[in-house]
Amino acid sequence: MKQPSGKICTVISLMFIFILVYVAQNKLDAYLIRILNLGAMYVTLGVSLNLIYGFTGQFSLGHAGFMAIGAYVTALLVLPPYYKEVIFMLEPLAWPLNVIHTPFVVALIAGGVLSALAAFIIGVPVLRLKGDYLGIATLGFAEIIRIVLNNIPHITNGALGIKGIPEYTNLWWTMGIAIFTIYIVKGLISSSYGRALMAIRENEIAAEVMGVNLTYHKVMSFTISAFFAGVGGGLFACLLTTIDPKAFRFVMTYNILIVVVLGGLGSITGTVIAAFLYNFLLESLRPIEAGFNLGPMHFPPIPGLRMVTFSVLLLILILYKQKGLLGGFEFSWKWFFQSIKKVFKPKKTTEGSTL
Amino acid sequence: MEILNLDNITIKFGGLTAVKDFKLELQHGELVGLIGPNGAGKTTVFNMISGIYTPSTNKIYFQNRDITGMKPDRIAKLGIARTFQNVRLMDNLSVIDNVMIGFHLHLHSNLASAIFRFPGYVREEEGIYQKSIELLHKVDLEFNKEVQAGSLPYGQQRKLEIIRALATRPKLLLLDEPAAGMNPQETKELMGFIQKIRKDFDLTILLIEHDMKVVMGICERIIVLNYGQTIAEGNPAEIQHNPEVIKAYLGVEAQYA
Repeated sequence: MKQPSGKICTVISLMFIFILVYVAQNKLDAYLIRILNLGAMYVTLGVSLNLIYGFTGQFSLGHAGFMAIGAYVTALLVLPPYYKEVIFMLEPLAWPLNVIHTPFVVALIAGGVLSALAAFIIGVPVLRLKGDYLGIATLGFAEIIRIVLNNIPHITNGALGIKGIPEYTNLWWTMGIAIFTIYIVKGLISSSYGRALMAIRENEIAAEVMGVNLTYHKVMSFTISAFFAGVGGGLFACLLTTIDPKAFRFVMTYNILIVVVLGGLGSITGTVIAAFLYNFLLESLRPIEAGFNLGPMHFPPIPGLRMVTFSVLLLILILYKQKGLLGGFEFSWKWFFQSIKKVFKPKKTTEGSTL
Repeated sequence: MEILNLDNITIKFGGLTAVKDFKLELQHGELVGLIGPNGAGKTTVFNMISGIYTPSTNKIYFQNRDITGMKPDRIAKLGIARTFQNVRLMDNLSVIDNVMIGFHLHLHSNLASAIFRFPGYVREEEGIYQKSIELLHKVDLEFNKEVQAGSLPYGQQRKLEIIRALATRPKLLLLDEPAAGMNPQETKELMGFIQKIRKDFDLTILLIEHDMKVVMGICERIIVLNYGQTIAEGNPAEIQHNPEVIKAYLGVEAQYA
């Protein structure tokens, strides 16, 4: 049997996903749709963090900051002007934001672009740092963004946040953008530019001596990563319909980091699986908090027990699989068909070969 | 034709003068050895030529162009490639990817055409893939092209590193202890290989090596460093009988009055 071409397989599976999304959006209950939406949103966020951390090797903890920029830009652009007048109670919204009203897709792109711009500006000086130092600097950047958002009420409504954002985000958007993100990032990392990024991750000095311009490639990766983080932030705003600066604390970055590390640094496939797994696991652990009976023993409801259990599970996983669920493994159609062949023809007898 | 000129360069790290008034002129096509006891400053010289360090005083000229203070990637683009004393490969990338990285500075495709696989990009990529295979063929590594570079035996890693340096199409190649960790047979092959690539690629080679068989066997000229200063210079025969060199390597006989 000849192996079908990868492109055809991709098109077929995309159509399959299309149908699944259609069914899910129309048949599933709101709770499940919400979890799937969060999962797909985490795919976008996780894949973008994996680009800078997993593939380029630059430990960036600024994702919550980039998300915040995207979320606020998107929220301010999609809110109808009359409504902005109502919710901006501390100070009226500054011109021209108070009159602008754009479609969702324009708002998402604007959020991504602004976030990318911020990444470019801070990336040039900050990406000279290495390892933990870079992590601390980017973390500091994210905190600065959050504090600034808190203190410019004529643009962000300060600590009150923005409420009543139209709930545009549905499975079509989250899944569509997740697939788009994967397409772009996969295209990038399997290209000559991606090879240079991974060379930087593997050995910075060697890469530079081989003629890889470190600043250019790092800033490029950082900017693209921030673009998708910004778009993810926009999805987040229109999914939750309420944002305030507190939503973009370090915990937000930490959640994305868990998804990336859980799935395996440098594996897009791993990030996709981990993003959905993470959200389903968090939800499925909810009954623990409600109190339960285990045989004769009765456990009273303990708030927070869910996160404790989750952390323990995470610890066990990292103890046994240091490189995450998939390590550096990446899904490919070649691998897919080879494993199918193995399943259906377990052993080839050597009767044909006579020596 | 003069290709490299180190004009009495000095580098200090805090209070330590690692290399002092080092002078070196390389003519096109030469194969020159740089030797000296451990800590003499040989690798520091390499690091200055390839742009990792900048000399504290005076300048470095490559093809009559001042390259002092340039970034390593720009220097690589001008035509200086090197290997490292402790092999620096991209361990988790495949052998072929390691070589293809060497071609990176000659690529013209822009980011968009790379992400969306425009025909021009695909052609360029196929071109460097073929060239990488040809280069790997020279060291019999083409059958291991999909293997992770870090899992190769040490000797092959050294060869791969040289191949990767050649992929940048250098005019000047700096080899930092290429024979380290090789057995006598491998060392012999390496000597032949160095002379071959020098001819095939029209290279000028500067070589650091502790294995005297290699240095005396293939270098036309040898420079001896000790404590950051040149103590001798000359052809292999002269160096072998130079009292200063013997003193640096073996120490002085105690003098009794």
